[in-house]
This record gives sequence, structure tokens and C-alpha cells, in this order.
Amino acid sequence: MLWITCPTCGRRPVEEYGFGGELRGVPERITDPVERDVDYAWMYDNLHGITSERWFHQAGCRRWLTLRRDTTTDTVV
Amino acid sequence: MNEFVERRLTLQWHEPKRSYDVVIIGGGGHGLATAYYLAARHGIANVAVLEARYIGSGNSGRNTTIIRANYGIPEAVRFYQHSLDLYRTLEAELGCWFMHSTKGLVWLAHTEPAMRAERARCLLNIACGVETVMITPQEASELCPQLDLSGGGRYPVLGASYHPGAATARHDRVVWAYAQGAMRQGVHVLQNTEVIGLLRDGARVTGVETSAGPISAGVVLSAVGGNVSRIAAYADVRLPIRTHPLHAFVTNEYAQAFAPILSDTELLCYVSQTARGEIVIGAEYERQPSYSLQSSFSFLQSCAAKATHLLPFLRDLRILRQWAGICDISADFSPIMGETGVDGFLVTTGWGTWGFKAIPAGGEQMAELIATGRTPALLDPFGLGRFATDHAMADQGSTGTR
Repeated sequence: MLWITCPTCGRRPVEEYGFGGELRGVPERITDPVERDVDYAWMYDNLHGITSERWFHQAGCRRWLTLRRDTTTDTVV
Repeated sequence: MNEFVERRLTLQWHEPKRSYDVVIIGGGGHGLATAYYLAARHGIANVAVLEARYIGSGNSGRNTTIIRANYGIPEAVRFYQHSLDLYRTLEAELGCWFMHSTKGLVWLAHTEPAMRAERARCLLNIACGVETVMITPQEASELCPQLDLSGGGRYPVLGASYHPGAATARHDRVVWAYAQGAMRQGVHVLQNTEVIGLLRDGARVTGVETSAGPISAGVVLSAVGGNVSRIAAYADVRLPIRTHPLHAFVTNEYAQAFAPILSDTELLCYVSQTARGEIVIGAEYERQPSYSLQSSFSFLQSCAAKATHLLPFLRDLRILRQWAGICDISADFSPIMGETGVDGFLVTTGWGTWGFKAIPAGGEQMAELIATGRTPALLDPFGLGRFATDHAMADQGSTGTR
């Protein structure tokens, strides 16, 4: 199970957190502004490896934090 | 003769050729069904199905085997009802017994909002010609005598929707039945052949780069579960998909019959009995995307607690094993099938937690698309292009997720 270290509350189990999604950008190669909007609204990187993402400490200090997680093993790095 | 001996006798494996008309990536249900229907219905047998490990090793062999059509949008109801109908006659068509058994599905509601959702589901299903009716707690109790109507005092059953057409089947046997059907028609199924890239000619996809060398193809179809974003990225295609793990577990044999399939959106678990008598229990997928197949004790604890609220008899059973599969959850909780905007590259993906029931219809319709070049009416609403036009097929409520 995933444990996440909150800067305020320390190491807490994942159940206390809400997943806020990865920090994502639109690939440079998409140049058409409309296509960029579609990509931003709908598409995901869905990376196999390390992603940076936002989590919300719902059942704790209720603050957002950013962490890096390896999606291959589901562990915080 | 046990099933493994039987399998060894019937399948004839092939050596890979350098070129095929159609290459399908992913030897799961959808890939093999597409290959089968291409050969059987459209006479296109120069087809290879590439599987990185062994057939059915992915989500086709990890799901909880429920087949149902009580979905929440008309396009999905039509599609899954077609799949349900195909499943009914599939054993005869493929000449292979995969323990298909129609059981009916009871979808419980514990609160007024859930009752409203179930009523809406019934109305929509009936309007689309699928039988789903509201039943009282007493009727639910008659269908499933083991059900505790007070829900352990915490989740009282206010009512339920009943979908008599729902069924279960042995999932890996479905995969093997399609593989056998396809191989008899001359389709090559190549196991332990991992795709590590796509061959490109300009923008067009002209084949696949595999661990066993390049294979050229007229059409490449990705029927991958789990790693589809990686495959699509080889063709510079972006998908609205995140891959989440989903856990399930199975108990030891329960000697009495547990007749229907039990499902519950509020508790996020679904329970059914296998042909061997074991009780299979599945849950919600994990919120954070990951490719990890590691199941956890915390899942077991929370899921078992929920299931025993409804079915106290489960307390006396032992857990045999637990596992996880990785689900491609699309942004609108509906599948994505068809063209990608890149010539020669098609996808059937976004099968999330609802792929097993869709295997026959998905395969049949994708085969028709590949063979004729025209998108069949059933597939049309589920194209990747729907996101660019904001015509999302939002159907989260009927997938048993929250």
C-alpha cells in the first residue's frame, strides 16, 4: 500500500489523501491551438515510470502537496 | 482429460512470417476475437496476433467474468446487449464450452439517491429494449437468500434493479476458445512476442517492431490492455486514458448455490460464484494510476468488510488468492474503438473495468471496420474523435465505479 509523507502531518496512508492528477503539459509537436486545447482537456501522458502529481491531504491538514511517484511500482520516490 | 491436456491437443502454434495483412497487438479477448471474426466472417486469415507473454495473461484472465448490458447511455446499452446476445450462442459457434451461465444481476441500492439512479437505469434499459426491472428488498431476498437485508445494520437494502440477462463465463476459456477458432482458420498467434515499436512510413504505420524482429502489416490494431498509451505513443497518438490497478479476490468453495450476481455501487463491490463454487469478489479500481500488479492487504480488508456486511455467510469462507489487473480507464468511462487519425493504425481500448463482457461485440465490430473500412453503427459513437468534438460518452455510473 502507498504511504505518502505530508510536509505537515508526516507519513500517512494513502486513504487519507485525494488524488489530484498528474502535472501535465501538452507535447511541443502539437502546434495547432485547437488541438492543443483538446489535448489539454482530455489526453493523459499515462506514463510508465516517474510522474509528478498533486495530492490533497483530505483527512489531515487539507493542504495540497506535489510528489513524484513511480507508476511501475506505485511507490513514492 | 483435464482442461490443460485438452488445450495442448487443440492448438497449433506457428512460426512468425515477415508480413501479414493485419497485425493485432495484444493476445487477450479483444485481440483474439477480432482475429477470429476477421477470418470467420470476412475471409481475412492472413492475420497475426502478437502477445508479449501468453494469451489471456493480461486483463482477460484477471477480470471478474461478469457479462451484463444494464448500462446508462443508449449507445452503450445497444453495444453491450449485442455482446450479451453473441455470448449466448458463442459456445455453439466456437465449439468450445466456457461455462457460460445466465444468472441475473441484482444491483442493490442503500440510499434514496441510489434508488433514483437504479430507477433511471431501469427506464433507460427498457427504452433500449434491455430487460432491467426494479425489485423490492423481499424479491431481492428471494433471488439471493444469503443477502442480509439490513446490510449488517449499516447498509439496509431499500431496493434493487434486476437484470435477468446477466451471465458469467470462465474468462480464460473464452480467450482460448477464440484463439482456437482463429487458429483453425489460419490466424497466427505469436506468444512471447513483445512489440517494442511501430514501423512508420512518413505518418503511416506500416508494421510493428517486435522482440522477434520487424513484421510488416497492412493494418495494425492495438488491442492492448494496460500498456496502450505506450503503443499509441509509438504512432504519436495521444489517448484520453489513465491506467489504474483493480484488485479482486476469490474464496474457497461455497457448497450451496449462490444464484445471482450481486453488485453494489455504494459499497463498490460485486460478488458472483464461479462454476467451481468459489465466490469471486471484486472492487473499485485504485484512484491513482499505476501499472503495479501488486495487490494489498488493505484492499482485502476493506473489500471483505464491505462484502460481509451484505453477505454474512462470507465470514465462514477462506480467501484462496487475490490479484490485481490494470485497467485502461478512459476519460468518459466508455471504450475507445476505431481509427486514430494515423493511417494503418487502429485501437480498441479504454476497456477499463468493462472489457470482458464486450469481447464478442468488440471483436466482431472491429473486424467489420478493418475488413470493410467503414465504421459500423454500433462502433460509431465510440471513436477517438468524439473527444475533439466534445461528444463524450459519459457513463461512469453504470461501470460500478465512483
